[in-house]
Order: sequence, then structure tokens, then C-alpha cells
Amino acid sequence: MRLSPIGCAAVTTTLLLATAACGGREEAGTGATTAAGQCSGQQTTGITDTSIKLGGIYPLSGPASAYGDIPKGIKAYFDYVNAEKGGIGGRKVEFVVRDDGYQPPKAVEEARRLVEQEQVFALFQTLGTPSTTATWDYANQRKVPQIFVATGASKWGTDTAHPWTIGWQPNYVSEARVYAQYLKQERPDAKVAVLYQNDDFGKDLFEGFKRAIDGSGITVAAEQSYEVSDPSVDPQMRNLAESGADVFLNVTTPKFGSQALAADARNRTWNPLHIVNNVSSSITVLKPVGFENVQGVVSAAYYKDPNDPQWKNDPEMMLYFEKMRQYAPGANPAVPYFAFGWAVAASFHKAMEAVKCPTREGLRDAVRSLDNVQVGMLLPGVTMTTGADDGFPIESMQLMRFKGERWELFGEVIDTRKEFGPLTN
Amino acid sequence: MAGFLQQLVEGLGAGAVYASLALALVLIYQFTGIVNFAQGEMAMFSTYIAWQFTVAGLPFWLALVLTLAVSFAGGMLIERIVIRPVEGAPELTVVIVTVGLFIFVNAAAGWIWTFLIKDFPNPFPGGAVEAGGLSVGYSTLGVLAVVAVVMGLLYLLFQHTKVGLGMRAVAANPDSARLVGIRVGWMLALGWGLAATVGAVSGILVAPLLFLEPNMMGGVLIYAFAAATLGGFDSPAGAVAGGLTVGVAETLAGAYVGFIGSDLKVGVPLAIILFVLLLRPQGLFGRAVVERV
Repeated sequence: MRLSPIGCAAVTTTLLLATAACGGREEAGTGATTAAGQCSGQQTTGITDTSIKLGGIYPLSGPASAYGDIPKGIKAYFDYVNAEKGGIGGRKVEFVVRDDGYQPPKAVEEARRLVEQEQVFALFQTLGTPSTTATWDYANQRKVPQIFVATGASKWGTDTAHPWTIGWQPNYVSEARVYAQYLKQERPDAKVAVLYQNDDFGKDLFEGFKRAIDGSGITVAAEQSYEVSDPSVDPQMRNLAESGADVFLNVTTPKFGSQALAADARNRTWNPLHIVNNVSSSITVLKPVGFENVQGVVSAAYYKDPNDPQWKNDPEMMLYFEKMRQYAPGANPAVPYFAFGWAVAASFHKAMEAVKCPTREGLRDAVRSLDNVQVGMLLPGVTMTTGADDGFPIESMQLMRFKGERWELFGEVIDTRKEFGPLTN
Repeated sequence: MAGFLQQLVEGLGAGAVYASLALALVLIYQFTGIVNFAQGEMAMFSTYIAWQFTVAGLPFWLALVLTLAVSFAGGMLIERIVIRPVEGAPELTVVIVTVGLFIFVNAAAGWIWTFLIKDFPNPFPGGAVEAGGLSVGYSTLGVLAVVAVVMGLLYLLFQHTKVGLGMRAVAANPDSARLVGIRVGWMLALGWGLAATVGAVSGILVAPLLFLEPNMMGGVLIYAFAAATLGGFDSPAGAVAGGLTVGVAETLAGAYVGFIGSDLKVGVPLAIILFVLLLRPQGLFGRAVVERV
């Protein structure tokens, strides 16, 4: 979008953007531009009629580097859209990826670099609750959209002080509601033993679960927490086994998820229904335990697993496999993280198409007014909906059970909005 | 009561693991006066080497022997390349070098093998001995037995071989040892090689239980430090006794002391370190350093 005199005047009179670049001159950190016409005064930094620049922050190195596959899936999607569809609404997408090593201070540094030097239009995904928490104040002060962050903390939706930040994947409370709903139907008087990670993530899911079973016949028979610095969760598992609970809710991150699954398999005298949370439901967690030891374990999903043969002839999945081979030749498309990246990039595509003003404000408003938006890579029946009082794009999940060497979906998609009402603080 | 005995046994099992790593810590400290913060990471790296051998199709026990040999050589090499240049430097310098080694080895393992967890074959059968309501896993018994064997071998080495005598001489008085013709440099390298080997045993013992990944030994190292402090940093037998005590204390505190529960369990080793340093700095089995002035 070209600058008009009005736009320049608007910028120069804004304290925040004191030395804005008019007439094409841009200085580092202050290259803010604004729109004219009906979108007058709104920020157009990082977006033109032919291009849009996004920045993402992921742990490409360090202990969480397995998630580094996600931006590769996103890049493959944008490369495909740029080359074959002419971009999103005629705008070619440039996606700049930065590495924070899963360290919040580095995430802040990279967010500054993306916003001030790279002049991105929006932060498209910051990964992890700690890194996102560290950067959201900055993004909101600078009024930069922080879109579809890759973490399931419920605060991205319940918080009202950060309108520029929004999640994407089902939040942990919604996930807990899905398990609660399942137990209400299958085991209405279940006694549940819970193992949870003693941090924001574990408490978010566990508290959500306790609230969701409130008033039902389901009770928490025993709870044990662990620290990420603990060598092993075996002692916790022994204490839980003594409770004699008939359901075990496994709220852990991958390594501890494997340990808990293995401890449950080793204990022949305690055989609860084992529910493992989505974070630890990846094949990379189950395989080390041995597939024969995790049969019948239950979890929940919301996007299509590229390993599931039922999607073999699914048009979106076929497109995904074809374009991944073409635009990310080194990557193995069967890894679900790539499909996750593909799904979130496609979701951004849909949201961007719906913006009224091609501005930062326009994007912020668009992602907060999604109405039943369908995305091919999401499970049938799982759609994106947001509103003035609903900051959670995806709140539906479907249950799955491990059988043979992969997950099998079962039951209907559970819409937690419908079952439990809107999620508020 | 059966529940209590069960917790006790599990505590001993966990303690044996801490003891094995504490042994490695104590070995290096005894000969060089260095607390090696990278001991856990070196053990983890050795375990990856063993994993690589088994993935390549070698039988477990052959892989084990090869790994121990590689670890021994690797330990000596590290002493030669990394530690030798700062020998005689202030303690803080050496500590910082080992901390650097910690970070380097951890990152290198992540770079080579990624941070995805791997399963490691368990050398012991999966079942358990059942007796009087108690169930003791074969792997718990196995870990205890291996630690006992390693202890015994070290005892034989130090007390009944010429090399052991030389190593003890170097530990007691490097200058005099040099004067009577002992090659002090080689003895120090030998100490590092031995410690790396014992560490490798420790890593291979815990990997089937904790799952192999680059941060596997981080938590174990804290407990191993507590064990070594408790037992005395210059006493291998003390390290084992300390390890078992820490394991039992941690397990029982987590299970029976309500306010500790699982949340504060990791505080137990730190409390042990603090109290030992306050009340008996040389540890239960260690000798107090007496200097003539």
C-alpha cells in the first residue's frame, strides 16, 4: 500500500512512531507505515499489495528442537501457495523463522529483531508457553499481531489485556473437558489418578479437568506432580498405583510421558484406563515404550494424522503429501509436526483472506471473528470459531485409541463449547 | 508394613543408580581434587555410544564391552586435551572448565542424536521376585548387583595391584609420587578413564528406566552429588552408602512426609548436601583434611 499524505501526517503525529519514514525512506526500527482510505491510520508495516512478511520463533536447537519441524511444514505450504496460487490474495508470503532454543529471553530478543529490523507484518507463531508469555507484552505494546501461537495455555483466550495475541490449537482446558466428557459417558463413577507437570501447562490442564468433572460422579482419587528436573516419575507412579484408581490421566511432556506409560505397563496389578494428553501422544513418545505396552491408551486429536490410512484418499492429505515432496524434499511428510505446520499455515491463509483491511488491525480483528471456518487438514467437524467473547479458534477434539501401531479415532467430535459453554477465567 | 518395605526396596533401587554415578564423581575427585560437573553428561554420551552399537546390530554385552573401552579412552583423552592445560590452576578455573564440558557434551549429543527420546534395551529380565507381599524387580536387583561388582573391582584395583598403589600414591602426594618414579600424568589420565568407565556403567544402568535423551543424567547428577557429599568425596564405599541413603531418604520422604510429597522431593538431596556441609563437611566416611602449618 502506497503512502498518502494523510497517512504520513497520521504517522508523524503519533508519538509512538515519532520518526516514521515517509516518502520511501526507512530507518531500522521505525519503518512504520499506515493505510489510507477506509482503513485510514491502520498499520501497514510488512504488507504491500504484492507481499506479506511474517516472522515465527521456534526452538530449532536445544531440548525442544523436535518442534523445529513445524516451520518447515508452514514454509512448504506458503511456498506452494506462492508458486501455484499467486500467494494469499495476490500477496506472496515471506516467512522468516528465528531460533530461540526454547529460551524465553532469546525469544524476546528474536521478537524485537523480527518486529524492528525485519519489519514483519505479524508474528506468526511463537512456540511454547514460556516463550510466548515472554513476548506477548512486547507484541501488544507494539501493536503487532501475534497470531496462532503454538501453545495450548488457556490464557491466550481468557486474557483481555492482550488483544493482539491469539492461540490456535485446542487449549489445555478444552482438552481436559474432552476427557471429562468421555469419562462422564463411559465411566460415570470413575476414580481418577492424575500425574501432572508442576508448571503452567500441567496445572492448566489439571485444574480444567477438576472444573469439568465438578458435579458429576467422577472423582480425583489421587494426584501427584513432578518437576521437569526429576530424573524419573516412577515414585509418583507407585503412589498413584496405591490409590487403586480405575482411570489414569497422564498430563506430561514427552520424556515423562514415556516413563509414565512404561511404569503403567510394568505394573501388572494396576490396570487403569490410561489417558495420555495430546502433548505426549506423539508416536515418538509411544514407540520407545514399545507398541505392545501402550495398546488401548486413549488420547484426543484435532488435525489429521498423516499416518492414518483413513485419510489416504483425502484430497487435502494427498495435496499435502504431493506438495511436501515438491517443496520440502528432505522432510518425511509422515511426521505429524509437518502436518501441524501445514494446518496452521492453511488456517492463516483463511484468516488473511477474510480481513476487511489489509492491515495489522485488520488481521487482529479477522482472527477474532472467525465463523465456523473449515480447514482441510483439521478433522472433519473441527472448525475455527472465535468471537468477541471467545478467543479460542479450535475448541473441538475427537478421541482416539492406540491400536496396533497407530492411533484410531473413535466416537464423535466433542465440541466443548456446546458441552460446557464458553471458557472464561 | 509391606507398603513401607516396598518403598524401602524401591528407594534402594533408585539409590543404587545414584551411587553408581557418585562412584565416578568420587574417583576423579580422589585423584585430581576436581569435582567433575560433566560426569553425568559423559555418562549420557557413553550410553548413546552403547545405543549406537546395539542399533548397529551388536549383541548387548559386546556393545557394553566396546562402550566401556571407548569411554575409558575418551575419559583419558578429555583429561589430556581439556583438563591438562588448566592443571594447577585455581579450583574455580577447573570447575568452570568442567561446567563448559557439561554444556558442550550435552549440545553435542543433541546435535548428533537429536533430542527425541530413545528406548534402550534392558539387560535384565522384566519380571520381579515376589516374596511376602514384596515385589522386587529383576532390574532393581541387577542394578544393585552391578554396583556391588563395580565397587569390588575398584577395591581390588586400588588395594591389590601395582597400578592401584601408584594411583593412591599420586592421590596422597603427587610430588613425592613423581620423585619415586610414578608417572603422575598417566595416573591422572587413568583416573579420568576409570571414572568415565564407571560413569558409562551408570548411564547404561539408568537408560532403560529413564529413557535415553541428552538431559537424562541432569536430575541424576544432583542426587549423585548429594550421595558423594554424604558419603565423603574421597571414599568410594562412602559414595555407595551415601547413594543408597539418599535414594531411600528421597523415596520415603516423597511417600510419607505429607508436606514434602512429590513437589519438594527434589529438595531432599539439597537439604542433605546443606546439612552434611554444616555438620560434617568431610562426609560420613571421608577423612578430614589436616594440614600442618
